[in-house]
Amino acid sequence: MNAVFEQIFQVGFLAAIIRIATPLAFATLGEMFSERAGVLNLGIEGIMLLCAMTGFTATSLSGSLWLGVLVAVLTGMLMGALHALFTVALGLSQHVCGIGVTLFSSGLAYFLYRLIFGQQSVPPSIKGFQTLPIPVLSDIPVLGPAVFNQFALVYMAILAIPLAAFVLYRTPWGLSVRMVGENPRAADSAGVSVIATRFQAVILGGALMGLAGAFLSMAQFNAFTFGVVSGRGWVAIALVVFGRWDPWRSAGAALLFAFVDALQLRMQASGLGHIPYEAFLMLPFIFTIVAMAVMSRNAVAPSALLKPFRREER
Amino acid sequence: MFRLEARTSTPAWFNLALPLLAIAATLVLCSGLIALAGAGVFESYGVMFAASLGDSYAITETLVRAAPMIFTGLAVAVAFRAKFWNIGAEGQLLAGAVASCFVGAIPMPGPLAMLLMALAGAAAGAAVALVPATLRVKFKVDDVVSSLLLNSVIYYALMALIEGPWKDSFSGYPISPPIEDSANFPVLIEGTRLHLGVIAALVAAPLIWFLIVRTTLGFRIRVTGENPEAARYGGIHVQRVLLSTALLSGALAGLAGVGEVGGVHFQVMSDISPGYGYSGIVVAMLARLNPLGVVPAAIFLAAVMTGAEAMSRATGVPAFLSDVIQGTALLAMLVALLFTAYRIRRVGAVQ
Repeated sequence: MNAVFEQIFQVGFLAAIIRIATPLAFATLGEMFSERAGVLNLGIEGIMLLCAMTGFTATSLSGSLWLGVLVAVLTGMLMGALHALFTVALGLSQHVCGIGVTLFSSGLAYFLYRLIFGQQSVPPSIKGFQTLPIPVLSDIPVLGPAVFNQFALVYMAILAIPLAAFVLYRTPWGLSVRMVGENPRAADSAGVSVIATRFQAVILGGALMGLAGAFLSMAQFNAFTFGVVSGRGWVAIALVVFGRWDPWRSAGAALLFAFVDALQLRMQASGLGHIPYEAFLMLPFIFTIVAMAVMSRNAVAPSALLKPFRREER
Repeated sequence: MFRLEARTSTPAWFNLALPLLAIAATLVLCSGLIALAGAGVFESYGVMFAASLGDSYAITETLVRAAPMIFTGLAVAVAFRAKFWNIGAEGQLLAGAVASCFVGAIPMPGPLAMLLMALAGAAAGAAVALVPATLRVKFKVDDVVSSLLLNSVIYYALMALIEGPWKDSFSGYPISPPIEDSANFPVLIEGTRLHLGVIAALVAAPLIWFLIVRTTLGFRIRVTGENPEAARYGGIHVQRVLLSTALLSGALAGLAGVGEVGGVHFQVMSDISPGYGYSGIVVAMLARLNPLGVVPAAIFLAAVMTGAEAMSRATGVPAFLSDVIQGTALLAMLVALLFTAYRIRRVGAVQ
């Protein structure tokens, strides 16, 4: 038992948690911004997949990783704008539009990928992001190699958390986002454009989802496959609830989920062979459902979540 | 100058006109992708139509593919009527498939086997749908997210079965053992795959329509969805209605899986459903949540799927076009539904 324990908790394990948490942190922060402005974005799963595809393709064709990241982010912003067009400008059902955006984006990702790369027996891959040790900090025992010897996108995710908190709680725009999510009527009276603010928040959310997708196809797997996202978008939506719509707590939720996921990966590898590996694969999803059941009773969602705003209807 | 005006009532012909408008818009939008792939737009759509609805055999193939989407479409329509956001039809379908395959492998007289397969599949789907409904009623967990997450759980459970205890030790493929030959659903027209389950789906639609429009349970489902406060004042036990809706919705989705096992695949494999559960959402929305409309909507999507494969072989346009068409059709339908709430009026220039 001790040997298994030691094998599980080591530097590699901590590093794995950080790596698994990174796309989830981007996605969760993106969904959080959208929901704080009052817009549930169920398009996240498809948006992440499409961004993983466009980012991978741009890098594959140009050879530039950062161009790929930029393309993924722009794709995310575009799809965010599309979701906002339907849900904010036209006031359509956020639930059904989100599913529509996911179906559309995933279909488009499959279609364009097959069109560009054809059907190949070995899927094309790229030389993805390499680890970038930070001088001095990466020499700290245990923590150094786990946290400060990672991909550049991991550092961006770590910086994105305090930045998101700052933007949301300490800037006028963040105040507007919270106002249009809690009380759009009052925000409107105070001269804040509800429509514009919601558009901006959903588009910012899309940009973050783009980073999440880019990380998956350009740092974690270095290839695009149809299962590259495989439910991470849905998990991010649950993590926002679990994190009570707060950047710090949401990021913490992503870390906790990553811990469970890394743990199941280790358990799969460490010779618990009599248990089917699928049991471990479903573990993070069951964990998320249970966590939501525990948290949802006290969860206070933004009051105007799911409610479209029409100025003339009072 | 145009402006939107609220509309108090909608003419009946909208029920037909809006889906047709949405489908037309979808085909126009998606023609851009066909052109991008370097194929002729009319030629490609022509091949799609010919291969899916062009002759009687093609029509039977399209109907076979429509059957599971009629069931999942009904499942979603019933759930959405009560505003129970069941996005879990995919997992419920898989559960139904597994349960019916388990029962179908037990030797017994054919008709009895088919009946028990249907009951087991419906029960399994209902049991799965009960989870998100219970979580919502008891723990206020968002039903969209929990039913979505549950799809992954069910999928991995199915994989564990077909790669574990069910795995064919002879071939080594991750597929379940086949059901008994006597449990295979009878084929209705010799030389086609048109099986009993297709008829069951076509009969289910008017039955569910009757249930929603003419029965007390249907009335409760509709009132709960349209105005839960009013339902509560009217003495309707809203939570109980949500749970009943979930059972009904899950059972219908489970039957989609039964049909696939009994009439098409005769066993369970990992790709038994190419997303029929999610397609059910598109079907239900195109049908404006009307159970009778589910049938033509499902046939349309089935035609797109069958046709896209033939189109891909003939013109080289990736068959994934059918996935894009589904997503676009759903979004186009939502926009078209705006015409039920608003009308566009020409007004004079603003002074």
